[in-house]
Amino acid sequence: MNPISGARTIAAMAANRVIGTAIRRTGRGGGTAFPGMVATRIAPDLLDRLATRLPAGAVVVAGTNGKTTTTRMISDVLRNAGLDVAHNRTGSNLVRGIAGAFADQMPIAGSGPDIGVVEADENAFPEVVERVQPRVILLLNLFRDQLDRYGELESIASAWRPVIRGLGPETTLCVNADDPRLARLAEESGANVLAFGLSTAGISLPEMPHAADAAYCPVCGSRFDYSAIYLAHLGDWSCATCRRERPPLDLTVTDITSEGFERQCLRLEGWEPGRALDLDLALPGVYNAYNALGAAAVAKSLGIASEALASAVEEFRPAFGRLERVEMDGRLLTLTLAKNPTGFNEVIRMLDSTGYDGAVMIGINDLDADGRDVSWLWDVDFEVLARRNPPTIAAGIRGHDLALRMTYAGLEPDRLDSTVAGEPFDRVVDHLDSAIDPGERLFVLLTYTAMLQLRAVLAERGVVEQFWEQ
Amino acid sequence: MDLRIGWLYGHEMNIYGDRGNVLALLHRARGRGLEAEADVIGVGDTFDLDRYDILFWGGGQDREQITVSADLQGQKGRDLKAAVEDGVPMLAICGGYQLLGDGYRPYEGDKLPGIGALDVTSEAGPTRFIGNVVVDSPEFGDLVGFENHSGLTFLGPGVDPLGRTRVGHGNNGRDGFEGARYRNTIGCYMHGALLPKNPRVTDWLIAKAVQRRGTSGELPPLRDHIESAAHGAVVKRALQLGR
Repeated sequence: MNPISGARTIAAMAANRVIGTAIRRTGRGGGTAFPGMVATRIAPDLLDRLATRLPAGAVVVAGTNGKTTTTRMISDVLRNAGLDVAHNRTGSNLVRGIAGAFADQMPIAGSGPDIGVVEADENAFPEVVERVQPRVILLLNLFRDQLDRYGELESIASAWRPVIRGLGPETTLCVNADDPRLARLAEESGANVLAFGLSTAGISLPEMPHAADAAYCPVCGSRFDYSAIYLAHLGDWSCATCRRERPPLDLTVTDITSEGFERQCLRLEGWEPGRALDLDLALPGVYNAYNALGAAAVAKSLGIASEALASAVEEFRPAFGRLERVEMDGRLLTLTLAKNPTGFNEVIRMLDSTGYDGAVMIGINDLDADGRDVSWLWDVDFEVLARRNPPTIAAGIRGHDLALRMTYAGLEPDRLDSTVAGEPFDRVVDHLDSAIDPGERLFVLLTYTAMLQLRAVLAERGVVEQFWEQ
Repeated sequence: MDLRIGWLYGHEMNIYGDRGNVLALLHRARGRGLEAEADVIGVGDTFDLDRYDILFWGGGQDREQITVSADLQGQKGRDLKAAVEDGVPMLAICGGYQLLGDGYRPYEGDKLPGIGALDVTSEAGPTRFIGNVVVDSPEFGDLVGFENHSGLTFLGPGVDPLGRTRVGHGNNGRDGFEGARYRNTIGCYMHGALLPKNPRVTDWLIAKAVQRRGTSGELPPLRDHIESAAHGAVVKRALQLGR
């Protein structure tokens, strides 16, 4: 190690730790991003250096949806396999946040974690790969995000292209081949590709959801044909014009048995030759089947034993705001974050398919992190939820937009409660006292900052932990 | 009676929740006991001029707009222009608004021809206008929406502006106007979607359609408290966030 930059790494790690501790002590937040920012200012190559200290290398996970859940699963699998894991667990997923998390979890000198698990923001992904030089990359999906970032998917795919293309066979690229954009990227890659996807015709959607966005072939511009649509634009696709189709799958789920609101059973094929592996997953919803399949792909490429995978998904405890269950004065709340139209569609589909019959609260904010434009509410298939006619509380800065959307989706007026629409979340929580009886369930579906605001109130009242304590 | 809505290029041009406009037309027509249905008229489909009581056309991304522009260079485009001229009530947003006019001139490459039904021209602008919009319209009162466009549209003498922007940039950020009005057609840049939160416009389109069928355009009122609350909340939010 060059002595000057080595000293700089040590200084950066020390600064990261001191600032992080100070922030947490003063209760000013999670203290995960800012210390990393200072540390990478001191040593810009901090992440590069820390990554070289991981003897078993690193796994980088990217995609618009499911990163946090999937990296947590991977991390659990690796721990079950006896590995010591460094992981940016709080979801701080830019270069500085990842560097900060690693610096926190690695000793300044001596041997540390065996392997790194990195959740990478989609825009930071090329730089993260450059710096971390991962052994395994997992590409989950690319869904249309809040719509005020125009042409985002195409520009993300273009920014990823050179990085993916430049990979060599020493890297395994686990790719969700049901996403045509990602399959295209993998086709051009020199990496060792492990393609995964679903083969569960029984859960195919009757048509492409309104929020879906990649129905056109990136090569010739023709509309894709789908023999099955599993989620948004993910499915068994083909292009009649240029004769491309979904590549053969190395790892696939051939059957999904839903077990209500709590769990589902996945039949995994391709894990080992000639034998299916049944996974009992502690999360509902097709989107979580994809997340578990992505984690399984990474586990397979690292040669992990099936027991480590099976017990990790069976005992999986979700990250904050991902079907997180909390009890508030005898009321059973399930908190779920949905960041984009596809996220909303899939949570609604999960509620519908598991026969959820309790009340719901939907909170919509329009701050920068949520997307300033809430037009996408009209692209989400709220009709699927309105058909169930649940008691519905509309909340958030744009709660009145949601109330109108649910009304036009067919919710009966006497089921709609917009008393606290537009009100701050301490008022919302007060309102739940009278709106929901003790012992009743409430499913809470929120945009990003609405989730932070609600959780802050719930933490103040001792209902949930602060998220950085998890 | 039944009411048939023609949704132009509903697959190719449907971004930023523009579909909400069709849902609003259906909801408020059905609220008056009309049997309302919507059909998508896509690329390659023939356009049957006599079939539709109301037309809606949303915004799209560049690639799709090129395909649609090409689809309109023939009888279909002429028929659509005739429908506008004939007074078929129509709402066109963003890309649909641009193509209803003379066309769109990008920074590079050929001009994307429109159908010339509205006396407006559009060209690429240097910045993207993104944000809440409040427009004062002489016909409809205040209108709320969300703009997200880099195209600039300029009005010719053959159209009137839909209104003046109180918050937001509108057609081009220079002359203070948003949208265009001609016969029973409205073109504008307001997503949001526009019609759910501006029920006066929705009802105007439905009333025009009903009148064209030879009946009185008087629509029985609906209970609009949810629409009003959503409208009012956006006005407040837009003023709070400013330009």
